[in-house]
Parts: sequence; structure tokens; C-alpha cells
Amino acid sequence: MPELYLAAAPYFGWDLVRVVQELFRYAFMQHAFEAGTMVAISAGVIGYFVVLRGLSFAAHALSHIGFAGATGAVLTGTAPIVGLLVFTMSAGAVMGALGQRLRGRDVTIGLVMAWSLGLGLLFTRLYKGSANLAIGILFGQIFGITSQDVALTFVAGAVTVLLVLAVYRPLLFATLDEEVAEAKGVPVRALSIAFMVVLAVAVSEAVQVVGVLLIFALIVAPAAIAERFTTRPSRGVLLAALLAVLFTWAGLTVAYYLPYPAGFFITTIAFWSYIVARLAAPTLTLPRRRGTEILARDEQARHSP
Amino acid sequence: MARSIAPAIVADGLAAAYGDQLIWRGASFTVNTGEFVAVLGPNGSGKSTLLRLLLGLLSPAAGRLEVLGTRPHRGNADIAYVPQRRNIDRDLPVRGRDFVHLGIDGSRWGIAVGNAASNNQRVDEAIRAVEAQAYADRPIGRLSGGEQQRLLLAQALAGRPRMLLLDEPLASLDLRNQIVIAELVAELARANRLTVLLIAHDINPLLPIVDRVLYVAHGGVAIGKPAEVITTEQLSRLYDAPIEVLHDSHGHMFVVGLEAESAHHDA
Ligand SMILES: Nc1ncnc2c1ncn2[C@@H]1O[C@H](COP(=O)(O)OP(=O)(O)OP(=O)(O)O)[C@@H](O)[C@H]1O
Ligand SMILES: [Mg+2]
Repeated sequence: MPELYLAAAPYFGWDLVRVVQELFRYAFMQHAFEAGTMVAISAGVIGYFVVLRGLSFAAHALSHIGFAGATGAVLTGTAPIVGLLVFTMSAGAVMGALGQRLRGRDVTIGLVMAWSLGLGLLFTRLYKGSANLAIGILFGQIFGITSQDVALTFVAGAVTVLLVLAVYRPLLFATLDEEVAEAKGVPVRALSIAFMVVLAVAVSEAVQVVGVLLIFALIVAPAAIAERFTTRPSRGVLLAALLAVLFTWAGLTVAYYLPYPAGFFITTIAFWSYIVARLAAPTLTLPRRRGTEILARDEQARHSP
Repeated sequence: MARSIAPAIVADGLAAAYGDQLIWRGASFTVNTGEFVAVLGPNGSGKSTLLRLLLGLLSPAAGRLEVLGTRPHRGNADIAYVPQRRNIDRDLPVRGRDFVHLGIDGSRWGIAVGNAASNNQRVDEAIRAVEAQAYADRPIGRLSGGEQQRLLLAQALAGRPRMLLLDEPLASLDLRNQIVIAELVAELARANRLTVLLIAHDINPLLPIVDRVLYVAHGGVAIGKPAEVITTEQLSRLYDAPIEVLHDSHGHMFVVGLEAESAHHDA
């Protein structure tokens, strides 16, 4: 008797198996977890390089440009994701071509961002649809994901992660030491463009989960936290992906039980995790050996004649 | 006659320009394999530009240039390069060791699989060669200029090059460390039979170790033994201005008369 069953409050307690069963009871939750996990992995992996390359703001701007694309697509009768991809990938390619010159261009980036939101607003009004459309794109619609969306997300997520892995070492080289990398034959400019295009795909995917406005929570926050806890790039990438997945899972779980949106919980968890990380690791995790070394040396000097 | 060894660098009527802005021209010189050459000259005279030519990052505007038997090309694994002082972000969450590692496989595609152990060993060797063991595992941005310089040198060495191009590696070091690093480079160059071009502004810490100096000034390039090039007559001709070279009792050289010299000139 499904009615009766539905009427019962969703189970929550210490029986974790039952909690998981409860969470996966409905297709919409399954889809949310599937897509959310893939999106989080790709956001975390790419986010590590976004933070290392100082592109957080550019990533944020990309998602706003995507808003104009998504609403524009709806206006012309196409799927929002298509508009998102077209707009973010074109903008990403331009940003990538600008490369280092993008740094410190906060004003330019900010203006493009504001204009994109303005365009999106216009498109939404022209569409005369409900404001739900815009709200969905701005804040994400993780519980409205179809199995088709899940498949698409899996393909896009896997491709972005594989691409980053394929260029991992030269990308790291170009990020940390552009001049030497260039002299060593790393195609610095091509990598910069490729990275921004891959980022554009990751951003477009992440928009489904957390929306245009909350993108920071999945792309930047996990990486920024990871970089406080490890000085090894490979571990940083893994930790960022892991954190992004945890934030997503936790956010979805809480949102299932409470009548508030998942985007709110994911961003809240990301925000507070960052605060806690800052408090726990106020500076980089340094092996603070130097001081103890000196003390040990003094000690030795005292004992030797 | 002694067995002839192929020269490391051959320049013939070489000219460097950015677009139609000529930097210097008429450079004809040879650097022998295993030679230690100091590159001197005022700011903006085109010293770094010379390295860019050797690295294949810039094409010669005129003339011929050969490096290690071939035309310069980007990605030449035989040439290691340490660029002019970079400001490494203090918060960069990357260890010095990871920087060194890039010198071995940074330009290979994909992620590192397999030979991780042997590469780590090479990294350790390079770090030991520059005596940076004590701080190689700390975030590189938090190290002092001299410590960073050593690790960047280790990165260059880790690729097992035949030629070392160092752009002002002694800048921002105190006098004692200038000498220490210069001697370290010379020692490593001898041990590994490297040809070295080292850009500097003060010849004195380098005097005991350089074979020759290459002067880049006033739109031209001159090469010779320090005692031949750094003379009142030579420098006056090179700069086209009255310049005096003074010697103190320790053999140090002081170039006087450059104060008013501008790096730019009418080509
Ligand atoms: N990419 C570039 N495009 C145009 N002009 C350039 C470029 N790089 C350098 N220049 C110019 O070429 C000249 C030589 O520059 P270079 O960097 O080789 O000087 P330098 O001798 O290394 O000086 P410094 O001692 O200050 O490092 C300068 O006038 C500089 O402004
Ligand atoms: Mg220079």
C-alpha cells in the first residue's frame, strides 16, 4: 500500500542501511545522487587547478555567462544545457586565449558577468515563462534530473576528468612555472585554452546541481580547502574531489529530510567546512622542522665538547 | 692540434628584434662545450633576449645561430633554463620537491605511472646536489630567495641537461650567497660537463670561475676573457662613452662611467 507507506515519515536513524534505502527509494533521489557525484568529482578535480591558476573569479564569471546561454536557449526552443555549453565554452576559449593577461582583470570580468546576468534577465522576460525557469538555472535543480540528464552528466563528467588527467603534468608545469614550461616545449597557450574549455563543461554540469550562483561551493571551496591541507598536487586533486563528493552527498541527504533546497545545504556545508579548515590550518600545513632543527642543533652543541 | 670538440653555441651575424624594434645585431661568437660564460650588460640591453633566442622562444631577426649542433628549438631537453627572478606566491601549496620533479617529467603528457621510484631518486639526487635537503619538503613560496634559487637550480639539473641558461640567478642574494651559488653552479657544471651561460650584473663574485664574459650593450655583443673585455678601452668602445675600469687590491673590478648610460640607443 504505497499511500500508507508514503504517509509514514521518511526513516532516519542509526540503521545506516535503512537510511541509504530510504535515500534511494525514489528515482529522483537516485538521479540526484548519481549526477551529483559525477558532477562533484569533475568539479573537484578541475577546481584544484582553478584555484592554483588563480581563476576562481573567472570560473564564477563563466557560470554567469552560462545563465545568458541557458535562458537564451530556452527562448529559442532548445535545451538549456545546450545554450549553457555553447556560451561557457566560447567564453572559456576567449579567456584561455587571454591566458595570464586575465589575471587582475577583475573589473572586465565583473562587467561581462553583470551584463550576462542582465541578458539572462531579458531572455527570461521575453520567454514569458514562469520565473521558475530562471530560478532553476540560478540555483540548480538537482531533484529535477531525468535519467537522460544523468547519462549526459556521466559522459561529460568522465570526459572532463579524463582530459584533465591526460594533460595533468604539463598543466601543472604550465601552472607553476609557465616560462620554464614554455621553454621545455609545453604548449602553454593551447593548454590554457583547453583548460578553460574543459572548465566550461564542468561549470555547465555543475549548474544543474547548484546553479549558476552557487558554483563556488563545488568548484572553488573543496579545492581551496584541499590546498590548505596538502602541499602535494596529486593529493590535492584527490582531496578536492573527495570533499566535493562529500559536500554533495551531505547536502542531498539533509535536503531530503528537510523542506529546504539542496543548494542551500551544499553551500552551507562548503562554507562552514572552509571556515573550519581555515581555523584548523591557519597557514599552510608546513612541516615546521626548522625551529626544532635549530633547537636540536643547539642541544647537540651543548653536549659535545 | 688538439682534438676539436664541437662548439656548444655558434652565432654568426646574429641579430635580435621584437617586431621592428631592434635590440642588438652583428653578434658573432662561439661558446665552447663546457665553458662557463658570464653574460653582462645594462638593464634592457638584451641579455634575457639572447637566452630566448637560444631556447627557440624567439627567432633570430638576422644571422645564424646553432645550439648544441642544431638550430634552436623549443623543448630541447638538453637545455635547462632558470628564468629571471619570479615572484613565487607565498601561499603556493606546492613543495620545492614538486617543482624539482617537473624538471624531469613536467612536459610529458598524462599522469605519472611506472618509474615513480627512479624519478623520485633523481629528484633526491638533484636536491642533494644543491644541498637543499633541509627545506625541499616545505612549500616553495615560504622559502628565502636563496633557497628558492637552489631548488630552481635543482629543477634545471634534474632534467640532466648539457647546457644551463641562468638568468640572473644571483639577483637578490647577499654577497656571501652570491659567491656560494656561483661556486655551486661552477662545481655542478664541471661535474656534469655543462656549458653555462649565466646572466649577472656584478662580475666580481664570478671572476674566479668564469672562462669568458659576453657583454651585451649598446646594440652589440662582445665576448672575451674578463681581463680582455672588462677594460677601459673595450667598454668605452662598446658603450660609445668614456668608461673607466678600476681594480682594487683584491682583484675586484669596478666599472665607472655607466651611470649616465641608457640601455637604449638609436639603431
Ligand atoms: N616580449 C617583448 N616584446 C617587446 N619588447 C621586448 C620584449 N621583451 C623584452 N623587450 C625589450 O627588449 C629589450 C631587451 O630586453 P631584455 O629582457 O632582453 O633585457 P635584459 O638585458 O635582460 O635586461 P634586465 O637586465 O633588465 O633583465 C628591452 O628594451 C625590452 O623592453
Ligand atoms: Mg633580463
